Order: sequence, then C-alpha cells, then structure tokens
Amino acid sequence: MSDPGLFHNLILGFSVALTPMNLLYCFIGCLLGTLIGVLPGLGPFATIAMLLPITFNLGPTSALIMLAGIYYGAQYGGSTTSILVNLPGESSAVVTCLDGYQMARQGRAGPALAIAAIGSFFAGTVGTLMIVLFAPPLAAIALKFGAPENFSLMLMGLVMAVVLAHGSIVKAICMVLLGILFGSVGTDVDSGMERFTMGLPELADGISIVGVALGMFGIAEIITNLELKEKREIFTSKVKGLMPSREDLKRSWAPILRGTGLGAVFGLLPGTHSIIASFTAYTVEKKLSKHPEKFGTGMIEGVAAPESANNAAAQTYFIPMLTLGIPTGAVMALMLGALMIQGITPGPQVMTSKPDLFWGLIVSMWFGNLMLVILNLPLIGIWIKLLTIPYRFLFPAILMFCCIGSYSLNNAPIDVYMAGLFGLLGYVLAKLDCEPAPLLLGFVLGPMMEENLRRTLVISRGDPSVLITRPISAAFLLIAAAALLLIIAPAMRARREQAFAEG
Amino acid sequence: MTAHIRSPKDFWSGLIFAGLGVAFVATARNYPLGSALRMGPAYFPTLVGGLLTMLGLVLIGRSAFVAGEPIARIGLRALILVLGALVLFGYLLEITGLIPAIAALVFVSAAGGHEFEFREVSILTVVLVVMAVGIFYYGLGMPLDLGPRL
Repeated sequence: MSDPGLFHNLILGFSVALTPMNLLYCFIGCLLGTLIGVLPGLGPFATIAMLLPITFNLGPTSALIMLAGIYYGAQYGGSTTSILVNLPGESSAVVTCLDGYQMARQGRAGPALAIAAIGSFFAGTVGTLMIVLFAPPLAAIALKFGAPENFSLMLMGLVMAVVLAHGSIVKAICMVLLGILFGSVGTDVDSGMERFTMGLPELADGISIVGVALGMFGIAEIITNLELKEKREIFTSKVKGLMPSREDLKRSWAPILRGTGLGAVFGLLPGTHSIIASFTAYTVEKKLSKHPEKFGTGMIEGVAAPESANNAAAQTYFIPMLTLGIPTGAVMALMLGALMIQGITPGPQVMTSKPDLFWGLIVSMWFGNLMLVILNLPLIGIWIKLLTIPYRFLFPAILMFCCIGSYSLNNAPIDVYMAGLFGLLGYVLAKLDCEPAPLLLGFVLGPMMEENLRRTLVISRGDPSVLITRPISAAFLLIAAAALLLIIAPAMRARREQAFAEG
Repeated sequence: MTAHIRSPKDFWSGLIFAGLGVAFVATARNYPLGSALRMGPAYFPTLVGGLLTMLGLVLIGRSAFVAGEPIARIGLRALILVLGALVLFGYLLEITGLIPAIAALVFVSAAGGHEFEFREVSILTVVLVVMAVGIFYYGLGMPLDLGPRL
C-alpha cells in the first residue's frame, strides 16, 4: 500500500467535506441530530433507520456524512435538555442532569451550557484527530487479515458486544444468533439458492436492515412509550449570560481533558454505550474532587467531564467500523448497512479504495462539531420550544416516516409489513428483557461471518482448527473466550452464594 | 407441567428463541447441508439455529430454578392500534393513494395514545399530509399516487 501521507489525506478530506452539498448534508444531519437529541422518545437509532431509505439517492459520501451528523448531533442535543429541564433527550445525557440541572436552577444555565459546548467541541476535535491518527495503521494491519482472522475478529466483536451489554448474557447471545439467522434469509451468495424466503419473491434479496431497525427501534419504541403516562413539566426559565466565568474555566479544563481521554477509550470498546463513558467520567471527577459531597448540587466539573466523555466516545466509536468493518453498536451497524446499500463492502479496504469517502467523512465530523457549537448556543430558545410538543403529536409523525421510509425501499408494501413484524418481535422481546442492539449486530455481521467461515474451511480443507493455529485468529478467539469467562464467573459466583443463602 | 416457572421472562424468551431456532433448522433441512469443506446453504444456519435452540432450552430450564421478575403488563391497546395503523397504511397505499393512507394511519395510531381529540388529530393529519407530500412526493420525487387512481 502506498501511503500518500497524512497531509495529503487531510487535504482530500477537506476538499470533499467542504463541497457545498456535503456541507449542507452535514448541516442537515447535525440539525436533525440536535432535534432528536432534544426530543425525548425519539432516539438516533430510529431516526437513522428512518432516513436510510432517503440516503439511497445521495451517494455514499453524502449519505454517511449526514447519518454521522445525526448520531453525534444527538449526543450533543441531549445535554441541552438535561441542563435546562432535567430531561435527558438522549440516554447518555442522564449524568449531565445531576449537576447541570442544579446549575440551571441556580440561574447558571448559561455557563453550564457553554461549558458543555466547549467540552463537547474539544472532545469532538480530539476524537476526530484520534480517528485520523489511528485509523490508517489499524486498517493497514486489518488489510493483511485472511478469512480465518476476519471470522475470529467478527466473533470477538460480537462476544465483546454481548459481554459489555447490560442484562442477561444468555439472552444477548440468543439475540445475536437470532440476528445472524435473520441475516441469512435471502439468496445464498455461494450456491445461489434462496433460503428461508417462505416463497416470497420480495425476500430473495434478504430482509432489509431498514425494516429490522425501524421495527425493533422505531415502532417497538413507540408502543413502549405509549404505555407510559405522558408527563412533561412546563419550563419557562430564561437563559441569560452564556459566558462562563474565569473560575468556571479554571475548574473545567482538567475535567474536560480527563473526560475526553476516558471517553475516547470507552468509545472503542464494543457494546459500551456512551452512557458508560459519561458515567465513569463523572465518578472519576467525584473521586478526584476535594469536595465530593458537593457533586449533585451544581458542580461545573460534573457537567464538563461527562459531556466531554460522551462526545469523545461518539467519535472514536467510528474507528472499528471504519477500519475493520466491525460495528460495535447499533448505530454503527446501521452505518454499515448504509454502506452496503450503496454497494460498498465495508472493511479496511474502504480507506484505500474510497479515500474520498473515508477522509471526507472524518473531516466533515470536525465541521459538524463546529456547526453544533454555532447551531446550539444561539438557538437554545427554539430547542426549548420544541420540548413542549406533546408525544401524542410526535408518534403518529414518527410512524408515518417509518412507513413511507420502508415502503420506499422497493416501492412495495411488504417492507412496511416487515417493519411491523419486527416491531412486534422487538416489543415482545423488550418486555422479556432482551435488548435489540445485539440482534442488529448479528444481522449485519452474520452474512460476512458465514462467507469468511466458508472461505476459511475451503483454505484449511475443512479443518476448523486453523482458527486456533493461526496466531492472530487465535488471539482474537482467546480474548473473546477470556471476556466471556470473566463475565460468567462472577455471575456464577453470585448465583452460588444466592443458592447458599437460600439453603 | 409439574415444574414451577419462577422466571416468566426467562421462560417465554427461551420459548421464543428455541421455537425460532427449531423453525430455522427445520426449514434448512430443505437445502443441501454440504460438508465442512464445502459448506452448503444449510450448513451455517443449521449450526447457528442449533445453538439458538440449545440456549433457548437453557433459558427455559433456568426459569424453573432461578427466580425473576414478572412480565410487565402488555399494552395491548397501543400494540394493536399502532401495528394495525401500519398494516392499514401498507394496504391502503396502493389502493387509495398516499393521502387517505396517511389519514388512516394517523387516526388509527392516534387512537392508541392516551388522549384522542377529533379536532386535534384532524389538524395533525393535515400537517403530516402536507409534510409527506412536500418531502416525499415533490422533494424526493417518489413514485406515489396521492389519491385513488381513477
């Protein structure tokens, strides 16, 4: 691989990201992201799934730029409502409520928002820089992988996602397996045979990721939300004086640095949601503080650290997807889906075969972060107004976008029914404490795993032991096994203790 | 059944997983299995489906020993009306066109919410129709009929 140099790559990235159309899509993405970050009951998963069909017409670069903007924009928008109305629009912003809302009650909403914005922007910049620095060497290594390494890597990715997800491990594994099975519906690439299509010609191309995601995230979420009583406080406080004081800045810079570092690391781990990053950052600040007892009463450190952490995590979250083609969470699974819909095979080769897409996306992330700062602070009044839209107006609108979006996949009602079917499945499984994200990961990775396993076994003449005799592949499997053991062991211990206690 | 279900969530999720696992494995029997050297179309799904069935059975077995929370109430009304609205939309879209399909979708799904006020839902329908026609019909140029094809 000839290395055109970092500088050259960045120039290419800027030239792609700065075209008026791509700037526009970046802006639309950030705007939509902020919007859904502010609105409770509508998350980035459902929104990205709703917009996937629309991105078909955009071309891969613009599509990814917009979808990425939605994701990190949502991380950003969530903090605004946490601070102002104690309502986390996005789950990762829960931690920000603790001190952010207290600051707002003391009339210091302005500085809290400003610090959150500064921290987020700093973290976003560092996160983007980390992608620039680490993605090329990682992809260069991954390019050398053969089929056995790829298979083991994907298996490790899935195991890590399961281990780090919350809730029952067995159920999470089941969800992954179910996802893989749904992923195998359609024409088998090797034999050309149609599998599990139940005679429906519409299923010959497989189940669309749009239908799965819209159903499991969009529609299932609506039904769940409708069970909850609608409660929304009316909030009419004015935000005055955005500028943080010198004292605020002095207290915030170190937490911002620490939060960024922690977030950047957590973003790389599969399965961890940025909520773990922000929660850890908050806990660390509390431990390091001379006044831990004051946390929860409006400490600016308690806003700076988690906000930086979740934004840094939101950026580095892209690294495994971009360099290895491995999605580490539901949003990345959808991004991979968007790539595949555009006819691009995800993996390390994307960087070399589509450098404009790769570097354009990365540079646009930095512009997106900049736009968010500019977009958010002056427009806070509008975001707050949006909060007063009751859910009873929102959910029919969401449902309509889901329906038209899935219909537009093939201009056929079958995809609408598919979304409904997965909505039902997602709802029932959620009631039984089964999270939808692992299913989506399995769905995306399943076909690739089958293909790599098939190739592995052809190379090794049917001997699966090649997976543990090739060192890199063995290392991946070992990590996966260790992670699995580590998580099962304490659970077993706890259960034994519980059994003893009962006996 | 003599054994007591102590964790209904484990039991039912196990049943769903095992059932789907069996369904996939059984369907895969119609396709060539192949061998490890030449994996046929049924090979990988059979492997994964078998594993899923096993783990589903583990969950069912576990539900008899390890106690768990009861299943929260199923919101049947919202479930039926939201899914019904969706099916109705899919059905109507190609018969009556986009605008009546949206109206049906909004009215039926809104009935699944906590409050339903005819005037409010009518206004919402008009707003959403304008949005949908503007974005999807004119903006994205989707091949949709707005009303019934005459």
